Amino acid sequence: MEGREVVLPTVSRVALCGGTHGNELSGVYLVRERLKRKRKVEEEDHISVVTVMSNPRAVQQCRRYTETDLNRCFTHATLSGPVTDKTPYEIVRSQELNTLLGPKGSPEAMDLVCDLHNTTANMGLCLIAYSDCDWISLHIYRYLQRQMSDIPVRFIHFDLPLNEAYSLDSVGKHGFAIEIGPQAHGVVRSNILSTMQEGVQHMLEWVHLFNSGTQFEGGKVDVYTMVKNVDYPRDFETHGITAAIHPQLQDRDFCLLRPNDPVFQTFSGETLKYKGTEPLYPFFINECAYYEKGIALSLARQRSVGIPSIRSEREGEQGKRKSSADEMEEEETIKGEMEGEGYQKLMEYGEESDSLNGQHN
Amino acid sequence: MTSSTNVSCFHEARRVAIFGGTHGNEMSGVTLVNLWIQNGKEIHRKGVETKPFITNPRAVEKCTRYVDTDLNRAFTTENLSAPSGDDLPYEVQRAQQINEIFGPKGSPEAYDVIFDLHNTTSNMGCTLILESSKDHFNLQMMHYIKKAIAPDSCPVLLTEHPLLKYSTSRSVAKHPIGLEVGPQPQGVLRSNIFESMRVVLKHALDFIELFNEGLEFPPCTVDVFRVSEKMDYPRDTNGNIIAMVHPNLQDCDWEPLNPGDPMFQTFDGTTLRYEGAGTVYPTFINEAAYYEKQQAFVTTRRETLAAGAIKKT
Repeated sequence: MEGREVVLPTVSRVALCGGTHGNELSGVYLVRERLKRKRKVEEEDHISVVTVMSNPRAVQQCRRYTETDLNRCFTHATLSGPVTDKTPYEIVRSQELNTLLGPKGSPEAMDLVCDLHNTTANMGLCLIAYSDCDWISLHIYRYLQRQMSDIPVRFIHFDLPLNEAYSLDSVGKHGFAIEIGPQAHGVVRSNILSTMQEGVQHMLEWVHLFNSGTQFEGGKVDVYTMVKNVDYPRDFETHGITAAIHPQLQDRDFCLLRPNDPVFQTFSGETLKYKGTEPLYPFFINECAYYEKGIALSLARQRSVGIPSIRSEREGEQGKRKSSADEMEEEETIKGEMEGEGYQKLMEYGEESDSLNGQHN
Repeated sequence: MTSSTNVSCFHEARRVAIFGGTHGNEMSGVTLVNLWIQNGKEIHRKGVETKPFITNPRAVEKCTRYVDTDLNRAFTTENLSAPSGDDLPYEVQRAQQINEIFGPKGSPEAYDVIFDLHNTTSNMGCTLILESSKDHFNLQMMHYIKKAIAPDSCPVLLTEHPLLKYSTSRSVAKHPIGLEVGPQPQGVLRSNIFESMRVVLKHALDFIELFNEGLEFPPCTVDVFRVSEKMDYPRDTNGNIIAMVHPNLQDCDWEPLNPGDPMFQTFDGTTLRYEGAGTVYPTFINEAAYYEKQQAFVTTRRETLAAGAIKKT
């Protein structure tokens, strides 16, 4: 694997999304600041970056979502479903975003979709993606690990086929979420925002280097592949939780959980232990938004993945690709669409006022 | 030693309520109160009727702070005396119901003590909230609690202030006590936070039991932090926040903030500094629910309050 060089198309069109969950504020503030500086579409050599506030209504109310979780609305089934006036806002929005950044699975889709999230779990910085063999994402991961020494950087892989992949980042040809924690929802911590800004900056740096023809050598990276979720113990009748994450597990994301290690502490003080037979790595430990999804923590296997050396296609290496004249025309068309009204509506980050002074729910 | 003529006498604290879910997403109180509604053994004390109560059940069900309006600001005279009706905001109706069960506020029939359980995203530890500097019963209770949990600390926040004091659900009682424990994200239950709150309540109920048994508590002093000023985030002309709590101030609740110390950091990295006249002690630093209330933190000043001796009538 490491001896072979892989040549890939340039990553010329990047989408940076925040506010997919309206109360995960690092992404909201990062996108808001970029939009303020008129950075809706930035053109530099080799790369255009589109900045999007994914769920403006949820952002305005500082809630995760208004009717349904936007970041579960990007399966092929949901994207191609009919829309009536009873359709939940987030499903209408997912189809709008698919038009803007996709269509998912087509040659017109954004080359890279990066979606910014926060978690209440102590996860450091994680890239979360559907594939463990998307070399672009894995090289970006390794680059971030090497550039960012203040925070642990990890890669989480959810093994789902593309049409079942439900999150926004699955719309692009390449995509991942950047998930940073711990941060309470509805709060912006300066150190966490700085970390996210740094992560985004290094990601765009890598893309620029890649598009300029830099060769990135192969190697091995550690990947966490999601195995299963574990729910809280619940009362049979009320379905209310009857225990909390054990103090010895709280904040210990990515510390190996072995059989018989403490997992929960009931309200009467009893310790409930991990009953699995395989030691696994916990993550999303005590994520606020997952109580309603029946997830107290997720468990992953860690493995080492070999990545090849990669570089971008050069002029004349195109083969199946369009000529550069066609590419330029396509870019102009996109720019034109983006400056039009439809684009404005899709891009605006507040349907009512700009301020975050909406009601907290 | 003081002579017995200097002892304040209070009726025994016979009716005590424990409120949870005043904010529906502050999970320690919701969980504890639901637990005690099912099995009240832990909060039972001889001669005391302890009533655990979920104040805002609709907000608890939706795991949200409030449905129409903040219940913990709703107990104003205006709201409590307004004619009741379905057109009133849910929390105002609820405030009127709570006032009927546990009040009326200001009357001799009101509950003796109400503990109101809250969480905060701020790093406040186990904070006790005192509404009146003249409530010697409460001061003695807080003195007792602080001694009982030492060497762990239990800061006391005094919210007595002509403008900043607000009409809380607990204010219906003769002796209102707020418990504010953090840091904990909204909607999340952390074991350590839950247990801290439970321990503080245990000591509070022990104090009440001892008091009711006739124990005289000698004069004491209590160090408190008196609320001084509300500090908002810097905002632009559209009302959008343009700076965050500075990394040097983040999580530093109850630590001194001196003139010239960093306070906010703009999104492009500029430091904004505290320009007050003297040292203050900030708290409620970066509380999620206060962004919409235009509050990044409150400043407080240290004070020592004296409580006279107290015993049961």
